[in-house]
Amino acid sequence: MDDLIIAGRSFRSRLMVGTGKFASNAQMAETIAASGGDIVTVALRRVNIDDQQDDLLNHIDRDKYLLLPNTSGARDADEAIRLARLSRAAGCEPWVKLEVTPDPYYLLPDPIETLKAAEVLVKEGFIVLPYINADPVLAKHLQEVGVATVMPLGAPIGTNKGLKTRDNVAIIIEQAIVPVVVDAGLGAPSHAAEAMELGADAVMVNTAMAVAANPPMMAAAFAKAVEAGREAYLAGLGKQQNQAEASSPLTGFLRNK
Amino acid sequence: MEITVNNQQRTVDTSTTLSALIDEMGLDDKRIAIEYNRDILSREQFSTITLQAGDTIEIVNFVGGG
Amino acid sequence: MSFSDEMQKYPAELIQEQIANTTSNQVEQALAGERLTIRDYATLLSPAAQPYIETMAQKAHQITKQRFGNIIQLYTPMYLSNECSNGCKYCGFNASNKIPRATLTLDEIEKEAKIIHDYGFRAILLLTGEHKKMEDNSYLEAAVKRIKPLFSSISIEVYPMDTDGYKKMVSAGVDGLTLYQETYDPVLYEQLHPYGLKRNYINRLNAPDRAGEAGLRRIGVGALLGLGAFATEAFHTGLHANYLSKRYWRSHVSVSFPRIRPADGGFAPINIIDDTQLVQMVCATRLLIPDAGLFLSTRESAELRDSLMPLGITHMSAGSCTSPGGHANEGKNIEQFAIDDDRSPEQMSSIIKEKGYETVWKDWDSAFLNASSI
Repeated sequence: MDDLIIAGRSFRSRLMVGTGKFASNAQMAETIAASGGDIVTVALRRVNIDDQQDDLLNHIDRDKYLLLPNTSGARDADEAIRLARLSRAAGCEPWVKLEVTPDPYYLLPDPIETLKAAEVLVKEGFIVLPYINADPVLAKHLQEVGVATVMPLGAPIGTNKGLKTRDNVAIIIEQAIVPVVVDAGLGAPSHAAEAMELGADAVMVNTAMAVAANPPMMAAAFAKAVEAGREAYLAGLGKQQNQAEASSPLTGFLRNK
Repeated sequence: MEITVNNQQRTVDTSTTLSALIDEMGLDDKRIAIEYNRDILSREQFSTITLQAGDTIEIVNFVGGG
Repeated sequence: MSFSDEMQKYPAELIQEQIANTTSNQVEQALAGERLTIRDYATLLSPAAQPYIETMAQKAHQITKQRFGNIIQLYTPMYLSNECSNGCKYCGFNASNKIPRATLTLDEIEKEAKIIHDYGFRAILLLTGEHKKMEDNSYLEAAVKRIKPLFSSISIEVYPMDTDGYKKMVSAGVDGLTLYQETYDPVLYEQLHPYGLKRNYINRLNAPDRAGEAGLRRIGVGALLGLGAFATEAFHTGLHANYLSKRYWRSHVSVSFPRIRPADGGFAPINIIDDTQLVQMVCATRLLIPDAGLFLSTRESAELRDSLMPLGITHMSAGSCTSPGGHANEGKNIEQFAIDDDRSPEQMSSIIKEKGYETVWKDWDSAFLNASSI
């Protein structure tokens, strides 16, 4: 079986799904079911006392999905750590998708604060999946403090632009010793397939599904693309030929004996 | 007495426990987390804490997110 | 997690089977891409890859030029001691061999080092046997400190140490480690090392991890070619280097390709590794790790060394002498193994130039960055 293994735990699907931006909880539930995903991200917010809405968790079967709380909204390490601890106190397993995004425009992750928070959270026993820019050296620093995956972005979150960071993601994949999950910016199933063909271990998608005219159908499309990309990667892609430059033979000496 | 819950003033009876407050607000204690005067509480602590005037309470739950 | 854990994922029988069953189609696939996977690397070590040796060589040549330019770095080994309590069957310094033994004093070391320095070398590799005189590493530490002013880069090729030992080496001024596993086959390893501390296979296997943890700037691995079966030894060597380069990313990883030479004590290779296989391994390693340093010693003939130079080799030894104090007392030497290419450093340097390369005697200087060592 070609399972995705994170921190020793096995997952059938290589597609992680976000639960934000859906028109309704019912539609969200239908979409994650159609995605075939095993890991579902959620965010933590203050309860709105005056207007308590339909609880998201009423729609997610906790036996079927691993709930992966994120730290969205955190602007520095301390806030992210606080959110992670609260998630655990709210009954989640100690898994956290670490996001520290002080930049309010592109929501780009802060590498320095992310590293600080990761170090603290790993020591507290969290299984940390940090959202990062596609920076190979940052990925190495994070691996050293003990994160369970790295989650480089394909493009700024919510932009649907695809794998704009392809070359750097390729370096991260080549050098990583933990699973690489391409997160953010994947706007179409073809983008997800591209990341998987490149050798990513998984991808994470939210906006592209939530804003589709038919979210469950789009989720199913992503599921197929992720599988197709993974299979193509395992099968060994027919590679583009680099024409070798003509030059004198280098191994003639092997025959002149 | 007055306490602050999620940045809003709220009046509760003296000797109200945190559990009672949660019930009064119609929340499910299995789906929330609470910071009580900046300390994160475990669920077991909810029934053991008696509210004091001036307490600051943050109650959070899960919403959609990517 | 150490390399011994990583190796478990690639059992020798499976690798052997995969390599034996490789098709030419798989070889073409592996050669078409920009980067090799570890599976592609195995593919290129197969008999099926041999007809593609020229393509492999051209690619290896190009990548090396791209990453390193037209340079060959020269270094030389210096033997500090041939006293040894190990029984390695292939080694001339085997404790059972009745040969004159010597451990250089610090003054002798300095004298020898000055001769090497005067040849032009600024990169030196220090070697010893494994012996109780080496306990607590203080002999080596003192030797390094003594010769530090003469060299910009000091590497060691000695017995495996614990992490603290390697840290001690780093603070004394060592920047590189070379440690051959000899053979990655644990059963054969046990047979070849009948007694002595070196019998501990795992301790040796995981020593480069400890060097990485200790912050050594360069880490080199290798198998003594001619002991185990070519396919698995070459595969595990590449796997080891690849693993180290990912995990200890601040260290520069290198691979050596030592083929067994006649040694005092007369050990014959168990598996003959021919020139084609050697070329295959050099090129496949270059394609697997484009930035690895690839070392070729004077064990090989002048003719073969000159031919291998453009295929991906970045470091060559020259003016080598495998007995302690051998430079100062020319003529009466007991060798660990016989060298083949006995051209002088000067001759070597001019041949490198003729081949269109520049000789590099010194590529960095720790003193420049580390004020405490000035």
